[in-house]
Amino acid sequence: MSFTWPPDLYFLIMLSPINTSWRLARLYLRIADWSLIPLYFLMVVALYGAFLYAPTEREMGEVQRIFYFHVGAAWNCFLAFFGVFLGGVAYLITRKRSWDHLAASCVEVGVVFTTMVLTTGPIWARPIWNTWWPWGDPRIMTTMVLWLIYVAYLMLRSSLPEGETKYKYCAVFGIIGFLDVPIVWFSIRWWRTIHPVVITSSGAELEPEMIHALFVSVIAMTVLCVTLVMLRMAMRLNSSMAEELTHS
Amino acid sequence: MTYLFFGYVVIWTILFFYLVFLMRSQKQVNDKLKALSETLDQHD
Repeated sequence: MSFTWPPDLYFLIMLSPINTSWRLARLYLRIADWSLIPLYFLMVVALYGAFLYAPTEREMGEVQRIFYFHVGAAWNCFLAFFGVFLGGVAYLITRKRSWDHLAASCVEVGVVFTTMVLTTGPIWARPIWNTWWPWGDPRIMTTMVLWLIYVAYLMLRSSLPEGETKYKYCAVFGIIGFLDVPIVWFSIRWWRTIHPVVITSSGAELEPEMIHALFVSVIAMTVLCVTLVMLRMAMRLNSSMAEELTHS
Repeated sequence: MTYLFFGYVVIWTILFFYLVFLMRSQKQVNDKLKALSETLDQHD
C-alpha cells in the first residue's frame, strides 16, 4: 500500500483494492447526511438570532440585520475559494481526480456565496449610502472581480473537453484566481474605502447579542457550505463513474 | 421582525427538504452504479 502526500480521503478506503469511486461518493454523502439535522437547527437559530435576538442598530435601523447573512456568506466564499486553491495545488502534485472534484465543487458553492454577498451588500447600501453600487469602492470592486474570476473558471471548465489538460488548466486558473481573496480581505485596510470595518485586530465593535447572532450565523453558513460541497463532490463522482461504465 | 423570521424559516425548510431529496436521489444513483459495476466485474 502506498501513501501519497498531501493525504486525501482515499486513505480511508485504501484497504479496498476494487472500484473505490462509489465508496468515496458514499463517504461524501454520509458526511453530508450527518450534517443535515444540525444544519437545519443551526440555520433556524441563526435566523432567530438575526431577526429576533439581536437588537436593532441605533443609526441604521432594521436594515442592519442583513449584516448577519452578508458576513456569513463572505466568510464562506473565502473558505470555498480556499478549497479551490487547495484542490488545485493537490491535483497538480498528485494528479488524482478527487482533488479536481473538490476544486470544481468549491468553485460552484463559492460563486453562490459570492452572489449572496453581492446582492445583500447593495440591499444594505441603498438606504445607508444612498446608492446601490459605489463604483469607486475597493472592497466592492475587488469582490466583483473575485466573482467574475470564478464565473470565468466555470466557463473555462464547461468549454474544455474532458481529460488531463482540462483538469490541469482549471487547477492553475483556480490557484491564480485565489490571489484575489487576500486582496479583497485587505482592501479595506490598504485603500481608502467607505465599506465598514466591523472586525478589527482589537475585536468586533458590536453589542454582545450582535456578536452571538453573527457567530451562530457564520457557523450555520459554514456547515451549509461544507454540506453543499460534499453533495456536489458525490454528484461529480457518480457522474464520472456513470461515464466510465458507459465507455467500459 | 417576527413575520420575516417565520417567512425565512418557511423558505429554509423548503430548501432543506430539497437538499434531503437531492441526497436521497444521489444515494440511489450510487447504489445502482455500485450494483452495475459489480455485475460488469462478474462478467469480466
